[in-house]
Amino acid sequence: MEHRRAIDQIALPDCSKPRNPGENCGLVMFFRDFLHLTIDSLTAHRLRTFLTTLGIAVGIAAVVLLTSIGEGLRQFMLSEFTQFGTNLVAINPGRATTAGTSMGIFGTERPLTIEDAEALKRLPYVRAVVPFVQGNAEVEAGNRHRRTTIFGAGTQLPEAFSMAVGLGHFLPDDNPVTPRAFAVLGSKMRHELFGKANPLGQRITISGSRYRVIGVMESKGTVLGFDLDDTVYIPAARALSLFNRDSLFEIDVLYDEQTPVDRVVQGINRTLEERHGREDFTITTQQQMLDVLGSILNVLTVSVAAIGGISLLVGAIGIVTIMTIAVNERSSEIGLLRALGARQSQVLGLFLGEAVAVAAIGGLSGLVLGMGTAWLLHLALPALPVHTPLSYVVMAEVIAVTIGLVAGVLPARRAAQLDPVEALRAE
Amino acid sequence: MIELSDIHRDFQVGDQKVHALDGVSLTIGAGEYLSIMGPSGSGKSTLLNLIGLLDRPTSGVYRLDGQDVTALSDRQQAEVRNQRIGFVFQAFHLVPRLTAAENVELPLILAGVPPVQRGQRVEQALAAMSLSDRSRHKPEQLSGGQRQRVAIARATVMQPTVLMADEPTGNLDHKSGQDVVRILEQLSSNGITLIVVTHDGEIGRRARRQLHMLDGRLESDSGTGNA
Ligand SMILES: Nc1ncnc2c1ncn2[C@@H]1O[C@H](COP(=O)(O)OP(=O)(O)OP(=O)(O)O)[C@@H](O)[C@H]1O
Ligand SMILES: [Mg+2]
Repeated sequence: MEHRRAIDQIALPDCSKPRNPGENCGLVMFFRDFLHLTIDSLTAHRLRTFLTTLGIAVGIAAVVLLTSIGEGLRQFMLSEFTQFGTNLVAINPGRATTAGTSMGIFGTERPLTIEDAEALKRLPYVRAVVPFVQGNAEVEAGNRHRRTTIFGAGTQLPEAFSMAVGLGHFLPDDNPVTPRAFAVLGSKMRHELFGKANPLGQRITISGSRYRVIGVMESKGTVLGFDLDDTVYIPAARALSLFNRDSLFEIDVLYDEQTPVDRVVQGINRTLEERHGREDFTITTQQQMLDVLGSILNVLTVSVAAIGGISLLVGAIGIVTIMTIAVNERSSEIGLLRALGARQSQVLGLFLGEAVAVAAIGGLSGLVLGMGTAWLLHLALPALPVHTPLSYVVMAEVIAVTIGLVAGVLPARRAAQLDPVEALRAE
Repeated sequence: MIELSDIHRDFQVGDQKVHALDGVSLTIGAGEYLSIMGPSGSGKSTLLNLIGLLDRPTSGVYRLDGQDVTALSDRQQAEVRNQRIGFVFQAFHLVPRLTAAENVELPLILAGVPPVQRGQRVEQALAAMSLSDRSRHKPEQLSGGQRQRVAIARATVMQPTVLMADEPTGNLDHKSGQDVVRILEQLSSNGITLIVVTHDGEIGRRARRQLHMLDGRLESDSGTGNA
């Protein structure tokens, strides 16, 4: 009598008692079956599954693409900023409230002068000091002329900014207040004015004053939008009178790497305060610049991630919608499963599994889509740096799965809590 | 084996109470074959769902093999349904996207029976319904009678002690209905406890024990068919 089995184990499943051979204790489904049932119901509605998956995929792709661009941009900017070296300090005239914002409107600060720069050279840990003025002027050589950027600089510029001289020499160590009228050309400037001819010893005219070319810089390319090759370098004192200014734009100080930056800042402060009588200048360390840059880029990355987050939210709503519809449509199936002995937790698991599967597949496709687009973008615009760290990839997939869980939990709970009798009656 | 005493089941509809079951007491012995008849709305399905642990009574005691099962947790009731009770519905309730074999396999999957043991049990259950050659067919590719036989294979694959059929022939033509009834009776004669709800007097009278319901009460009981 096979059908007559005594009902003596209705109470909580007892895992210590032997059951039918191989049977799981307490109605635990096999994961493979679970997966099979989930995939089955997903493939039964291909278009619907595809569209829901697409919602998540687009969201993940947006996040991956945008953060890849953001991260690429960050690395690009960092390398731009640090290529001059990290042990640099910039001094600008005017007191700043926060790094970069001058309070110059009061107009009471004293100018930053070449003598100030000379005084800083006497500090023990200072390796190079570069006074710096910038402006535009007309440059003529023979019958060619060109309007370009003029950099008034000190003799130590190549050392301070790790720039190399390609031909001849940089500006000599003249008396900084009355330097001789020498000029050094950027590599592009040299071609514009002299073509292939040797420019050394040639005379050029800058806004009516005559200079002798003594050197040509090696090509440096564009840094933060400045074409450093399309320039002429002249002594700072001459640039001041050329542009009719009494203050330098900036003094850049290269210090010994072993010295802590705080000591350098203190020393500069003391020296300049002694000369000016008060702190009417601003010192910006490379680290501060990097911090400002970093926070700007962080804001950028966060806002970009927020945009992606919104598309993910839309994707999540898509999952909630489709799962709610699925629960309604399949309530008679849910009732059946319950009649066949499915526990609430098994029904919950099945529907949650579907939501997570949709989200996980969407996440993976989104990763492929996002990284593919990033790659194509990089091919089309090589200048635009793109970088997708592995941690982002892992995080994106984790986020996708989490979205599936969160979006699936409400519909799945509804499915699990359906009254079996009513569920069976629904058609 | 099944003991119901003074079972009530009320439904709240708006501010009105519907007494779907109004004091039903009933004892069913193991291996009995009984039919439940009565007019529409008399509470036949409600009674069947209660016995099948798909529903809980508002009041009254239900003992299954001496144990009060109304107090069991959802998890425990699910296990009883899975292991001891088989359901056959008027509307078949096959999962449309699964094949006949996969539909029959469902209770085994839910019970966590390892795949290697399932194939054979599914095959046997289908063979007993003469459906071996239809195992890979989807429900839509089967006739009504075949669908109901798949459903019976699914209801019996766990070898339950009780088989409940709510209007099993309601969606079938006369001939397929006769086939299904014959199969159910075959199972009954093998020892399973069979409870059939039906409108069809001809089918109902075939049972050894016949219950008639009216307005949520047992109106007549042809008596224990001393199985
Ligand atoms: N979920 C429910 N909510 C409210 N009333 C219900 C519910 N389920 C059943 N009823 C009521 O309980 C009574 C008995 O219903 P039941 O389905 O058991 O009847 P039945 O005898 O199976 O009828 P039929 O022969 O038409 O299937 C009916 O009056 C019905 O309206
Ligand atoms: Mg009914």
